[in-house]
Amino acid sequence: MTLAASSSAADPGLLAAQARHAAAKRRAALRRRILPLVGLLALLAIWAGLVHGLDVKPFVAPSPVVVVQTLIAKFGMLMSNLAWTATEALLGFLLGNLVAIIGATLFVHFKSLEETFFPIVVLINTIPVVAKAPILVLLLGNGIEPKIAVAALICFFPTLVNMVRGLEAVNPQALELMRVLSASRSEVFWKLRLQTALPYLFSALKISASTATIGAIVGEWVSTTNGIGALIVQAMYAFDSALLYATVLVGSGFAFCFFLAISAAERFVIRWHAPAAT
Amino acid sequence: MTSGTASVPRAAAPAVACEGVTVRFVTDRRTVTAIEDVSFAVGQGGFLSLLGPSGCGKSTLLRVVADLVEPSAGSARVRGASPAQARRDRSIGFVFQDSALLAWRTALQNVALPLEVGGRRALPAGAPTPRELLKLVGLEGWENSFPHELSGGMRQRVSLARALLGAPSILLMDEPFGALDEFTRDRLNAELRRIWRETGTTILFVTHSVYEAAFLGQQVMVLAANPGRVREIVPVDLPEDRGLAIRETEPFARLVTRLRNLLGPV
Repeated sequence: MTLAASSSAADPGLLAAQARHAAAKRRAALRRRILPLVGLLALLAIWAGLVHGLDVKPFVAPSPVVVVQTLIAKFGMLMSNLAWTATEALLGFLLGNLVAIIGATLFVHFKSLEETFFPIVVLINTIPVVAKAPILVLLLGNGIEPKIAVAALICFFPTLVNMVRGLEAVNPQALELMRVLSASRSEVFWKLRLQTALPYLFSALKISASTATIGAIVGEWVSTTNGIGALIVQAMYAFDSALLYATVLVGSGFAFCFFLAISAAERFVIRWHAPAAT
Repeated sequence: MTSGTASVPRAAAPAVACEGVTVRFVTDRRTVTAIEDVSFAVGQGGFLSLLGPSGCGKSTLLRVVADLVEPSAGSARVRGASPAQARRDRSIGFVFQDSALLAWRTALQNVALPLEVGGRRALPAGAPTPRELLKLVGLEGWENSFPHELSGGMRQRVSLARALLGAPSILLMDEPFGALDEFTRDRLNAELRRIWRETGTTILFVTHSVYEAAFLGQQVMVLAANPGRVREIVPVDLPEDRGLAIRETEPFARLVTRLRNLLGPV
């Protein structure tokens, strides 16, 4: 027996082994696709079974069928509300992360700045979002601004912490190399630190993508009549459980797509190695 | 210069000279003397192996020459100038233990990095291009590969090519092949000698392998640990155009025995 990769057609044992391996690979791929779907369908079936079997009243919980019907019937209204939430989440995402990236850059270059302000950042981060939102509404009014601010604040902290870690995760020998090459501080930043930090940044951005949506929704809870958050509150007070569930689905569907978009951007930007499984 | 054994036949002006170099590191608990009163000189185009147990300060010594560590006492001169001046002039190429390649750059882009930093310099006239250097280290056809696609030995080849960019007169190598398997290490040792003879670069090579030190160097500086100091500078009396087969010969075996005795009981 040889371990040569080139298969000789005369060896039936080898061919059979290769066929077995290919079949095993196909089965594994199929399992990965089908099993999550089976789980989801089972959940929906149990849900529908419970609602019908226990005769749950529509104002307590809807059956999944009614939720889908509502989703289709009120699609236009849901989307026009999502437009508000999506705008707030996106703007908050951009603002919060931009400030965090700039802040991390300053922290890494001016240690005294980090020592002065990091405790304050931690302090602000300990305030729950639901407590931040009313404060920001009083400060910024009833418009879109406080929602953007809540979304931005929620993005800010994880990105700041990750970015500082990433900028400092530079290989010490690469730093010595830059010194041997007489590189300036800005060259070290652009050619070495920033690139090293990118994987760290993207893990933070992926967290931000979903939390920014949560921030915008919490902001809408506190005030306004537009957006997914406002719709959730209205549906709850109207005991319209089908609309409530449909709204929640739309909101989390958006957050999920946002996450996927950032993951795709990560694969596009960081091509030098396969990104870690998320 | 300092002693008879330290002079190298090739040229009179030393490429690297250290005079009473001492390095101390102060920590909370104690002051560690990494190297104490080390003096030596290497002529232009020379090849000096620095051999010693871990903790003998051989890497620190290399870093003093490269202006990465400031000596507590004594001084280092690179072609008569200060290490800082030599660094600014790009007289020094450094090969690190871990290849220190940038993961997001291809092999070719990594080799070209020295042209992009430290005030964007042009390649000196007649100096080999990044592409030519990759060919010199035997990586033709791998220009567009990323470091994670290369083996450990290939990464060190890229690192060597990068250090050779701009034709520096001195190459400092800090246990560059220490993490490689024996076959790869042997092959790279043979190629390093070929490259040294082709380029005429002065090389200081840190290693803790007796065989590597003896095979590569024109002289072997044996260091003792705690504190790091020069035990002896041993001339290597082997033909210049030696191949790996020389390691099977009697003179080589005698040299290895002598070096081993100098290192003391393990």
